[in-house]
Amino acid sequence: MISESSLEKLKILAGAAKYDVSCASSGTKRGNTQGGIGNATAWGICHSFAEDGRCISLLKIMLSNYCIYDCAYCYNRKSNDIPRTSFTPDEIANLTIEFYRRNYIEGLFLSSGVLRNPDHTMEQMVSVVKKLRTEQRYNGYIHMKTIPGASQQLVTEAGRWADRLSVNIEIPTENNLKILAPDKDFKSVLEPMKMISTGILESKEERKNHRNAPLFSPSGQSTQLIIGATNDTDHTILKLSSALYTRRDLKRVYYSGYIPVNSYDNRLPALSAPPLRREHRLYQADWLMRFYGFRSDEIVNTENPNLDLDLDPKVNWALRNPHLFPVDINTADPMMLLRVPGIGTHSIQLILMARKHQRLNSAHLKKMGVVMKRAQFFITCNELRSQNVQDLKPEIVRQLLLDKKSLGSDASVQLKLFYPMTPALR
Amino acid sequence: MTIYSFDNTFEGLLTLVFECYSRKQFPDEILSGEGSQSVLFGSTSNIVTDDRKAERVWNGIISRSSEDNAHRIYRVFLSGLPDAPLLLVKYIRLIIDSTKNEETNFSLPVVVEVNKLHQKVCREAQRIHMFTRFQKTIEGSYYASYAPMYDVLPLCIPHFSDRFADQHWIIYDLKRNYGFLYDMKTVSRVVFDDLKVNPQNGQLHASLLAEDEKLFQRLWKQYFKSICIEERRNDKVHRQHLPKRFWKYLPEKL
Ligand code: SF4
Repeated sequence: MISESSLEKLKILAGAAKYDVSCASSGTKRGNTQGGIGNATAWGICHSFAEDGRCISLLKIMLSNYCIYDCAYCYNRKSNDIPRTSFTPDEIANLTIEFYRRNYIEGLFLSSGVLRNPDHTMEQMVSVVKKLRTEQRYNGYIHMKTIPGASQQLVTEAGRWADRLSVNIEIPTENNLKILAPDKDFKSVLEPMKMISTGILESKEERKNHRNAPLFSPSGQSTQLIIGATNDTDHTILKLSSALYTRRDLKRVYYSGYIPVNSYDNRLPALSAPPLRREHRLYQADWLMRFYGFRSDEIVNTENPNLDLDLDPKVNWALRNPHLFPVDINTADPMMLLRVPGIGTHSIQLILMARKHQRLNSAHLKKMGVVMKRAQFFITCNELRSQNVQDLKPEIVRQLLLDKKSLGSDASVQLKLFYPMTPALR
Repeated sequence: MTIYSFDNTFEGLLTLVFECYSRKQFPDEILSGEGSQSVLFGSTSNIVTDDRKAERVWNGIISRSSEDNAHRIYRVFLSGLPDAPLLLVKYIRLIIDSTKNEETNFSLPVVVEVNKLHQKVCREAQRIHMFTRFQKTIEGSYYASYAPMYDVLPLCIPHFSDRFADQHWIIYDLKRNYGFLYDMKTVSRVVFDDLKVNPQNGQLHASLLAEDEKLFQRLWKQYFKSICIEERRNDKVHRQHLPKRFWKYLPEKL
């Protein structure tokens, strides 16, 4: 069924799917079943890295790149004159299994252009996933993108077989979305998101009573926002993300620096390169919200609507709040330790454990991976009496931090953000 | 100067610790493997591995710290680094001699060092999870081989036997010349003398490959190419994530 001719289809349909940045394959832990193939690990595993540095963990592919819609930012839009093709559901199921058996991938990420109408497309996608689960007895990871406008019934069926469902918002404000994607509006993306989160909640409730009640998108849902295609500020973007995390219980919001694939369209800005630095800063800010207990308005607000491209958002927050520093490493509350620039979640764990044994000094901290070049201005520990942000004034500390190359290059930032978080092997 | 030598097995190392306590003499140096080396140093005592003594030390570690810690020690041992045995003896001694559990006392250099090395070993094992590439054979079984930096295959096997429970497979360490074979029931350790594998890239001899194996390798290579966004090209990050020493084994980089 898979033959030489599949090479060309794969070339087109993987190329068409590459702009979707979601890559995680985490959040579900599923053992293999008797006679079945595959499992899902709680943290996911990358299997390769593309030459753009992004992790490859899933076979990210479109069922078809035909599309009846005409979104301005999309390479696959109707009005583009590009080679078009479609896989059959059997072909994708087969390719997934063959790649999986060779340990090339952690699972499947399936999306599609809108063929004929949303339900028709969604039906075909669901049939791929169902085939994998029932005919191939496949227990690996599956992420499926919901087609905006698909019926509730099909979304429900998709959620039964997939680990994660997602709907991409792409444009952070409704006005801009309407300008750039005339066939879509906020309702068409937010409605299915609501369906999904309700489905997830209901299934969780049911499973409290019946252990075998069917799962629904057990690894949650995610979405993607395109950054820099519109004039929306980081404040707007992070407010939206924060609302999605709390109200829609999203697992991840992905930020995708806009790549001008349709430079002829004058609704879009002319960019010479995708805004990668801004994208990094947004991921850092998002990280602060998810793992460090920051609220979005502590990071950006109406006075500072955009992230500082030169300094990371945690340092920026600390410089705006000098009165909270210095923090005493040996006594501080863990939540406050989390807010110290240069200290990450890993070193905090070590600090908390080690300070039960003895008082810590800067040499200890260094060994535990604290970035002292940054942290020194915000902490006191046993012997340390260096000048802190209170003595020096925030502007001076800012200069000192900027001058030093200690902030790390974009490359290392990206490295940390995209490297899967893995617990030590048992 | 006290010098011990042992057979370079984990049980051997634990026995060595047992002997240190009973002789009240701790090593300044540890030699592993070939006895020939010890001739140079006259006064080396050679430890004979004894499973019962080893087990007592193992249990001692668990009772003074935790089972996790005992396994951590095992994994650090798998690093196979020449300095690892001496470091571990110091560490085990710390654990056994202290009245409270010292495994998280990161103010002690030996604890930090053990944990650092532990992390390196785990990371390498993870890379084997990531970068193992099976080739389908003519008989329908799957073969993969690598030359890991540390001796991590034993740590990786449970992952593969759960995930690929319904296919026969072999994963082989080309550097240490042994591997594991799974026959859909059990996993066994195997050594091949006449492996038909190109040591340069771990590829099986063409006559052993399933008919469509090359096609799937090409499909994977094509996928790898198509998924890259040229505008975001970043060779530095690419190389940081995907260490060059693995490239020769990966169909997508061949
Ligand atoms: S609906 Fe999706 S595939 Fe179609 S043009 Fe819009 S973004 Fe592109």
